[in-house]
Amino acid sequence: MKKVMTGNEAIARGAYEAGVKFASAYPGTPSTEILENIANYKEIMSEWAPNEKVAIEAVIGASIAGARSLASMKHVGVNVAADPLFTFAYTGVTGGMVLITADEPGMHSSQNEQDNRNYAKFARIALMEPANSQEAKDMLVEAFDISEKYDTPVLFRITTRVSHSKSLVELGERINKEVIPYEKKFNKYVAIPAIGRQLRHTVEDRMNKLAEFTEQTKLNYFVDNKKKDLVIASGMSYEFAWEALGDSVDYIKLGFTNPLPKNLLAKHAEGRERIYVIEENDPYIEDFCKTLGIKVFGKDLFPYTGEMTPDVIKKYVLSTNMESFEVEADKVVNRPPTFCSGCPHRGFFYQLGRRKNAVVSGDIGCYSLAVGEPYNSMDWLICMGASLSSGHGAQKIFDLDQDNKKRVVSILGDSTFFHTGINSLINTVYNKGNTINVILDNRITGMTGQQDNPGSGYNLNGEVTEVMDIKKIVEAIGVKHVRKINPNNLEEVKETLDWAFGLDEVSVIITDWPCVLKKKYMDKDLESYENVFRTKNMVLQDKCVGCKACLRTGCPSLVFNKDLKKVSIDSASCVGCDVCLQVCPFDAIVKEA
Amino acid sequence: MTKSIKLVGVGGQGTILAAKVLCQGLIEAGYDVKMSEIHGMSQRGGSVSSEVRYGKKVYSPVIEKGNADILVAFELMEAARYMDYIKPEGVVIINNHKINSMVTLNGKVPYPTGIYESISEKVKTTMFNASELAVELGNPKVANIILLGSLVKAMELTDIDFEKIIRESVKEKFVDINVKAFKLGLNQYQG
Ligand SMILES: Cc1ncc(C[n+]2csc(CCOP(=O)(O)OP(=O)(O)O)c2C)c(N)n1
Repeated sequence: MKKVMTGNEAIARGAYEAGVKFASAYPGTPSTEILENIANYKEIMSEWAPNEKVAIEAVIGASIAGARSLASMKHVGVNVAADPLFTFAYTGVTGGMVLITADEPGMHSSQNEQDNRNYAKFARIALMEPANSQEAKDMLVEAFDISEKYDTPVLFRITTRVSHSKSLVELGERINKEVIPYEKKFNKYVAIPAIGRQLRHTVEDRMNKLAEFTEQTKLNYFVDNKKKDLVIASGMSYEFAWEALGDSVDYIKLGFTNPLPKNLLAKHAEGRERIYVIEENDPYIEDFCKTLGIKVFGKDLFPYTGEMTPDVIKKYVLSTNMESFEVEADKVVNRPPTFCSGCPHRGFFYQLGRRKNAVVSGDIGCYSLAVGEPYNSMDWLICMGASLSSGHGAQKIFDLDQDNKKRVVSILGDSTFFHTGINSLINTVYNKGNTINVILDNRITGMTGQQDNPGSGYNLNGEVTEVMDIKKIVEAIGVKHVRKINPNNLEEVKETLDWAFGLDEVSVIITDWPCVLKKKYMDKDLESYENVFRTKNMVLQDKCVGCKACLRTGCPSLVFNKDLKKVSIDSASCVGCDVCLQVCPFDAIVKEA
Repeated sequence: MTKSIKLVGVGGQGTILAAKVLCQGLIEAGYDVKMSEIHGMSQRGGSVSSEVRYGKKVYSPVIEKGNADILVAFELMEAARYMDYIKPEGVVIINNHKINSMVTLNGKVPYPTGIYESISEKVKTTMFNASELAVELGNPKVANIILLGSLVKAMELTDIDFEKIIRESVKEKFVDINVKAFKLGLNQYQG
């Protein structure tokens, strides 16, 4: 049967067909839907982990215990997971283990463009790169065979376009892979230095065997169009190259890319007029070709950043520019993403934005949108969990100045707190820091599409589970000044910020109101969030003087009518958070009856 | 020849469902099909686009600038935003419906004018208000299927049984109105 699937859906299907028993991940674009889809296969135990390191560690355990297992994450997630990965690269697997890394050439929704193929080389493990959904499924099944046969974790590298584009997939059956009975193998798995020194040789042997495999496997092949020029490509770049150049060149398609096939490349490179290496992000294949003495066009010709879409290839290989109309600047205005109507982050940032002495150490989540108008409340943003720790370091330096008035306010969300924020808070308390730390608890992992997390009350399978109590965790860490507030109550937010700014010890403010897009509520949640999103606000037109004070809340439900010089509220999108109501100096905004 | 269809709009307008139905129809008609979308922050009011490419054998899932055979804009200004994608001999279908962005909402910048004029001057353009027609049918959400109907007419894909695919793609209680919407859309396209 053929089905149209995204790469992420196809990978989930591949996991099913490969007989995978256990999968874990932490969400991150463009990888998120892999695990969401795996969760639909009841034969696979699947879990959200609080971060990528934990995800891969759980998966490593499942592999040691004898099951085929899989972890998936976005490219920067692998940085977090790198420590266990590098040692597991030494020990090898029992049940096959695959780590999926979803890279982002062009940075559609990421902070950097790192090329995770380097990790395979760095950790000395096998690497595979599918080009479309069919390959994503088929190659994943094969990845598990390779993992078991060569005793290696396999890094499976996809990119945004593989993840999120759809193409036809021929489905297969699930292989019934029994769990391999457990045997204690401390010489393999206890990575103390004495064993590590032995394993170092095992790894080298394995890479030598894989160097033979990469020459023979059908994953790497030559396409003979009887032409003079040669294109070498892997992943989506291969599809882009065919689209741009068709059969006007010969191709080497690389699906298995660590180690790379020396002989295959050398053989077909001989006597060529021109050889192009077309790849996104780093010159990974190009550099290898150069070590073989093969002369290629690579990053000297193509841009070093962005996607190698067909137009880019045509431009640099054929010097043809596609004719296209210009976008007329006066015919479009931006549509910057904003906090949703009713987003609980709004009330908090409305008040924070008014503090002139606040230095805001930001983090990654929906609240990163506070960097823009009308809040302008973010000084820096590095990576998940860094807000609390980088804020602490900055405050220590600011405080060297005796007259310092700058107060660091570090901000992160609930999912980010569970991810790595907890460690950062421990650091601040342990080292006698005095920052103001805000946990915007909207009871969900919002930015990536409302995944459950340890504070949401549900697990990936929709089962009710323990709710981690953030306030208790914070208190247990030793923070003496902790307050939990309703971010939609502007007076309470202001008063709480006054309180925190007045302290010279570390404080934590937890804002407690759910994301408007959160779908599942427990009964006790519904009790504590009274009438959540069930009311609406409206503007009394005779009272509105058009002062625009409410517009400073940045709510997309507020519409300013230029002719009437009055504001109205779009009743379809308003969920009655009352933030604008509290801002209006003329009491012109009320609850709809 | 591979054909390229670009659907653009604002988060929540149902571009993705329209693209899905289109895809399924093309597959059942025996084409190789690829589809691409960037899941950005669509839920947060951003502009969204879906791309569908079909033919005998399709390689790239993405449409290059200047290479779309048809651009269907579910919102007026979005047509202008993606003008650089349409082929000079292509077709533009516009839903004459405006959705404000944060900057136009709060009165900082006006919603642009003269969009239709500037587009129809350059390329074959059909514009009608699918959103209004959808409200008249009884559900503002079916504007996407009305636009799909026009697109199917414009691309001469009327041999494909889209009615059947709509039946399979939407919840039972919405089947009738979506089928009506599709037929209405077919008749809106003046080629
Ligand atoms: C290491 C790493 N993993 C995953 C991501 C993807 N990501 C971006 S924001 C985010 C979650 C934010 O959730 P939360 O902190 O609860 O804030 P919210 O969006 O709900 O406001 C994730 C998982 C990332 N940027 N970096």
